[in-house]
Amino acid sequence: MTAPLLKVEHLTMRFGGLVAINDVSFEAEAGRITAVIGPNGAGKTTVFNCLTGFYKPTVGRLTLTDAKSGHSYLLERLDDFRITKSAGVARTFQNIRLFAGMSVLENLLVAQHNKLMLASGYSLLGLVGWPSYRAAERDAVEKARFWLDRTGLLPRSDEPAGSLPYGDQRRLEIARAMCTDPALLCLDEPAAGLNPRESAELNTLLLMIRNDYGAGILLIEHDMSVVMGISDHIVVLDYGKKIAEGSPAEIKANPDVIRAYLGEDDTTEALAEGVVE
Amino acid sequence: MAVANSVVAPAAPLPPVLAALKDAVLVALVAMALTGPIVGLQTVDAGGRLTVDMRFTEVALGIVIVFFGRFGLALGERGLALPAYGVGALLMVAGFLLPWPAELLKVLAVAAGIALVVRGIAGQLKERRTQAVLRAPDEEDAKAERLRRLVTRGLGFAMLAAAVLLPMMPFANSYIMDTAIRVMTYMMLAWGLNIVVGLAGLLDLGYVAFYAVGAYTYSILSKDFGFGFWGALPIAGALAASFGILLGFPVLRLRGDYLAIVTLGFGEIIRIVLLNWTSFSGGPNGIGSIPRLTFFGYPFARRAPEGEVTFHQLFGLDFSPLHRAVFFFYLILVLALVVNFFTIRIRRLPVGRAWEALREDEIACRALGINPTNTKLTAFAIGAMFAGFAGSFFATTQSFVSPESFTFLESAMILAIVVLGGMGSQLGVALAAILIIGLTEAFRGLAEYRMLVFGLGMVMIMVWRPRGLLAHRDPTVLLHGRKSVLKKGAAA
Repeated sequence: MTAPLLKVEHLTMRFGGLVAINDVSFEAEAGRITAVIGPNGAGKTTVFNCLTGFYKPTVGRLTLTDAKSGHSYLLERLDDFRITKSAGVARTFQNIRLFAGMSVLENLLVAQHNKLMLASGYSLLGLVGWPSYRAAERDAVEKARFWLDRTGLLPRSDEPAGSLPYGDQRRLEIARAMCTDPALLCLDEPAAGLNPRESAELNTLLLMIRNDYGAGILLIEHDMSVVMGISDHIVVLDYGKKIAEGSPAEIKANPDVIRAYLGEDDTTEALAEGVVE
Repeated sequence: MAVANSVVAPAAPLPPVLAALKDAVLVALVAMALTGPIVGLQTVDAGGRLTVDMRFTEVALGIVIVFFGRFGLALGERGLALPAYGVGALLMVAGFLLPWPAELLKVLAVAAGIALVVRGIAGQLKERRTQAVLRAPDEEDAKAERLRRLVTRGLGFAMLAAAVLLPMMPFANSYIMDTAIRVMTYMMLAWGLNIVVGLAGLLDLGYVAFYAVGAYTYSILSKDFGFGFWGALPIAGALAASFGILLGFPVLRLRGDYLAIVTLGFGEIIRIVLLNWTSFSGGPNGIGSIPRLTFFGYPFARRAPEGEVTFHQLFGLDFSPLHRAVFFFYLILVLALVVNFFTIRIRRLPVGRAWEALREDEIACRALGINPTNTKLTAFAIGAMFAGFAGSFFATTQSFVSPESFTFLESAMILAIVVLGGMGSQLGVALAAILIIGLTEAFRGLAEYRMLVFGLGMVMIMVWRPRGLLAHRDPTVLLHGRKSVLKKGAAA
């Protein structure tokens, strides 16, 4: 059996006396969408911040294995920018973090910084307009055009990113993350603030990334239509602990999950009526 | 009458003229309350004791000017454009013709009249544009964009042409050339600082330290080691760049205010070290008789030293001290333009985009795999290198350097140029350099009031153009080509 794309083992994160994540282990496969769900304050975003190097976990091992090269990276030991640069983990943010003053296209070119930097000979070849750099820049623009087309942002490519409507900004952030050629794409509440039509479009986009592109997707989400509609595997956290794991159907029927979301008393009723999603 | 009306029927709106009159009366009353004691009472020394003089005419005239000025403004605000012009013209004519008791009142009346007329014209232009935008928004957008492009490009070329032609003008005396050299030096420094502050968003209050490093490096290399200008220039630049990295390392984690304080401290450290390390830098006495720059080996001198040919002998000209100034001017022009073109180019390269991205959001940069350490350090190093070049130039033109020239005030001046110009805008920075250095020079006649005018100018720019003179940012790369914005208008 080959190693999974991402293996999280015994992840624990303490902030002083507060245990934000307590001994959580799960796996995420390439070409599959893994959702991390849980009530507010369950530690979902903290898991993401540990994965992407913004926090250094107190205990635990995070192994990312690139299927193509077979190379493994221990994420907890890498600097945050190296996790993206070398290991190929890209992320989006719960509160959108675009380069608001720069154009949409520029946002996507910044995402290809490392490749372009090398092609520009650390700016020396670029300053004199070396042909190989020009070719690399054309390729980068083509890749940006591809993702703009996929996210429906092509007509607005030259506008400042900050002037886009909210839903477009969410999609642009995903396009930007995809421009780093990630092996694992971590999305922190990508459907937050979207209307039903926009979240349906988001589902299509994420399924496209999974099917055509083969990237593993790790998803934090509250919108159950997104989670249940596209996830292959769901991990449920509550108070920093993993309380359940399985397919969407299993999770829907799991009494622990229902208890975590709805509280003790309503659980039996809800199960009886079959209304819980 | 107007007041009485409003008391009787508070709900009924006043006719515009009466409302304007009421407004003007109220403002005149406020003016009376203020000017009465401040202008009206003057203490006079009458034979050893103080007496108070009343200046009724001055107060009365001042209030009349305020009344009419406000009346004109209020008329304009209520859509009565023509009467507003009339009041403005009246004030202007009165200002010129009437025998005012004080020069200041005359200036006040004329200024108020001009302000009224200018305001009226500006208001009408704006109204006309609003109408046009309502009719055809896209077309107007395209037109505005075209105009902006034309003006900025035209201004850039005009300024360049003016700079190239300046030394050939008949009025170019040595005072003008010295001022022009000063303006260009500040322009070069501001362009260099623009990389750090405008592009990378790292607020640097100690930029002058790198200028000092460049100046002292050149001084010591040329005086003690016999280096020529062109030999010392790269070394000075490299040394200043390494100081930039040296400063950059400890402050990598800092942003905004904290960074500003540390860089301020760094600037002071360099100055104080230069002031106290007498054996190295000459302390407060500085370093004098630094070899002056020659014209590629031919000195600018009336008489050549033994076995050398001077510049004017080489070209068969009569000796003129202006030759040196003109050569210096062209040299700093070329150096500054090198900085300018370098910045324009590097902004379109990955590292330039990374700087701007870092300014916008550092956390997002990290999430995209950009190494923030390297990116910041390159910005610091390149900015510092250009300051080092400028410092070498400064040392060779002055042939004397001392810590006096590298105070915090210089850093503040350079930063003010960058901020007033519009952060990241090359043309805006050039304009601001001319305004700030040129205007402080032009108002030299006002002696101690010069700084007052300077401050007033700053306040006015910040009120009218809070993001700098030219705050527009052009994207570094376009997918749909430069014409797309313009085409949109043509299609509509």
